[in-house]
Amino acid sequence: MNITIELPHVGESVVEGTIGKWLKQPGDAVRRYDPLVEVITDKVTMEVPSPVEGTFLRILAEEGETVPMGAPIAEMDSTEAQAAQLQIGEAPSQDSQPAAPAPPAPKASVVPRAAESGTTGYLVKDERPVGPTGSILGEGEETASTGTGEAAPGGAARPSPAVRRLAREHQVDLAQVSGTGLGGRITRDDLLLHIQASQDAAQALHGTASPAIAPRQDQLTAQPAQDQEEKHVPLTPVRRMIAEAMVRSVSQIPLAWSTVEVDVTSLVALRSQTRPGFEEKEGVELTYLPFIIKTVVESLKEYPTLNATWGGDKIILKKHINLGIAVAAPQGLVVPVIHDADRMSIAGLARATKDLAQRARQNKLTLDDVQRGTFTLNNTGALGSILSQPIINYPQAAILTTEAIQKRPVVRDDAIAIRSMMNLCISFDHRINDGAETGAFLQGVKTRLESIGPDTPIY
Amino acid sequence: MPVSSVIDAVREALREEMHRDPTVFIMGEDVGQRGGVFLATQGFLEEFGRSRVIDTPLAEASIMGIALGAAYRGLRPIPEVQFSDFIWPSVNQLIGEAARVSYGTNGALQVPMVIRIPYGGGIRGGLFHSQNVESYFFHTPGLKVIAPSTPYDAKGLLKSAIRDNNPVVFLEHKKTYRLVRGEVPDEDYTVPLGVSEVKRAGRNITVVSYGLMLHYCLEAAEQVAAEGIEVEVVDLRTLKPLDKETILESVKKTGKLLIVHEDNVTGGVGAEVAALVADEAFEFLDGPVTRLCGPDVPTMPFAQSLEDAYMPTTERIAEALRKQSAY
Repeated sequence: MNITIELPHVGESVVEGTIGKWLKQPGDAVRRYDPLVEVITDKVTMEVPSPVEGTFLRILAEEGETVPMGAPIAEMDSTEAQAAQLQIGEAPSQDSQPAAPAPPAPKASVVPRAAESGTTGYLVKDERPVGPTGSILGEGEETASTGTGEAAPGGAARPSPAVRRLAREHQVDLAQVSGTGLGGRITRDDLLLHIQASQDAAQALHGTASPAIAPRQDQLTAQPAQDQEEKHVPLTPVRRMIAEAMVRSVSQIPLAWSTVEVDVTSLVALRSQTRPGFEEKEGVELTYLPFIIKTVVESLKEYPTLNATWGGDKIILKKHINLGIAVAAPQGLVVPVIHDADRMSIAGLARATKDLAQRARQNKLTLDDVQRGTFTLNNTGALGSILSQPIINYPQAAILTTEAIQKRPVVRDDAIAIRSMMNLCISFDHRINDGAETGAFLQGVKTRLESIGPDTPIY
Repeated sequence: MPVSSVIDAVREALREEMHRDPTVFIMGEDVGQRGGVFLATQGFLEEFGRSRVIDTPLAEASIMGIALGAAYRGLRPIPEVQFSDFIWPSVNQLIGEAARVSYGTNGALQVPMVIRIPYGGGIRGGLFHSQNVESYFFHTPGLKVIAPSTPYDAKGLLKSAIRDNNPVVFLEHKKTYRLVRGEVPDEDYTVPLGVSEVKRAGRNITVVSYGLMLHYCLEAAEQVAAEGIEVEVVDLRTLKPLDKETILESVKKTGKLLIVHEDNVTGGVGAEVAALVADEAFEFLDGPVTRLCGPDVPTMPFAQSLEDAYMPTTERIAEALRKQSAY
């Protein structure tokens, strides 16, 4: 029967050996204890004797190769009945297996860790255990381990010192905090999250407080009375609505951000070339916005989870693409909606945005104009911004900003070129989408914007 | 930077320090003609001569006593104890004399001596070639106790130890000698005694370890990282004096602590770390301080299955981390 010869474990601190010279070749008859191979280690050079009588079949580790202790180095056909997989000079292995076609000799592999830290070091790994190891005993049974790591049976465990200290410092009633630890224990992180959420809510409310949205007194210090240093401005209904919407969004949506750079040189060219004729014909100014809306809408169709809301136990995809456009109106921010924006041409979008923006500024929006939005676009570039972290228009999945278009030196074909560049910034609900989908969506918008050219249809 | 093994780093540290300071000399069993049983002093006899590389009889009490006398007279001896297991005859010289003489003479006598001791198990060495001896010296005022885990630290710490004016017990884990590789700069550098290092940063659980186990802890941390558990791994490097600041800072951040060492659990280094944290970071703890250590049987069982059972492994450490995380 075939047996595998392994590189024997030779001594303390030696973990690998280099094959010196094979003293037997395939086909050679081998007697028990005949030297098979010279092995060179850090400490000794030795000859490995044959554990059995038989025929030498195959070399698995060539001369000069360095292999870990315990790695197979050769195969033999043993004429000895009891021979299975033997480790030279050791007892028969408990987990020996008939030598099927032997795997290629594993090379000593290294597991680099924290390579940048010169002080960390790494283990040279045996890919197989060294020699015939006995069965590993059960989990930690024989290794001393203190502490049970288990919460007290029958009911929530006593809060840990860290939790009690934090609760005291932040005056939190622990009964109000839900625990995710073992047996429902309130972990330190549970409490920190709870405190953070309360603080965010309190902070967002503070300073805009009015009777209508006055916070509970136990969450906030009492409102300071107006003194000579301050002037208190009563809230308009719109201001209050905005405040409530922002707090709701920030306190409920786990936000993540991303930004891409878009080369809009061709878009700029197309627009300046088309603009005079278009305005004369349509009586509407041609801005970049309808082009951007168009590409966003097309990308939303490709990535429907960006046109969605969080449903607690599900994600709700919206069939209509109703694009909200943030408009700075005199009374504050409003977000009128272009319903079914995907059915419009660029010219149609230009007219729709013009109309909505105009009516927003004249305070003539209807209720329907501001409802049922599924995604929001904010042209922060109009304010000169080049980077934003917008707050999502709750309960949508994301909000995208278009930043100022600026000529910038960029590298094209290894040369510096002057191009019109624009940043797109997105904030997204990380419950609904990960960076992967959001990034792909952003790339979709970017690619579409960059492929706008003289032939892009306006109608 | 060139990559070295731990044993290469030890050898280079010794060689550079012997070139730097003519008062440094080495003595021990087989350190000369044989170049040391682990080849830590290979070629030293030829390079430095018989007066600085001294082969001794198998008599540890004499090795330590002679080294102690030489240190009193201004030399910097580096006695090598061939295996930690053989140190017991010399303990009177080490604990009874070396550790206390500076106190006893109000600093008039100093003992600038480094006792190099290969130690530790996992190498099939059985009862007499595998012992973990650190806690005996860890307990003793007047000694410094070092246990590096990487080539970089081994070299830098050994150089600092040689330049230190106190008796330093320098523990080298045998299994790391050729198992652990890492970058070691060619230029002269030292790693300060008494300063631990965060080898991996994380926010959920602190693991404190040293020596061979440090590497298993890093492996386990990597395993559980895939499950979202961010483990901070503190390498003590110096056991005595303990770097309280690094330990406390980490535990205050994570709120949870697992201590891993190969040495017996009772009265080990981990017990002191646990006491320190209970004392000075109590209000930051968010879970029980636990230890994963060798059981209370003599190191090391000779039977392979029993030695495997004795040694904490990457898997057991990962399991302990999962438990801590779930708490």
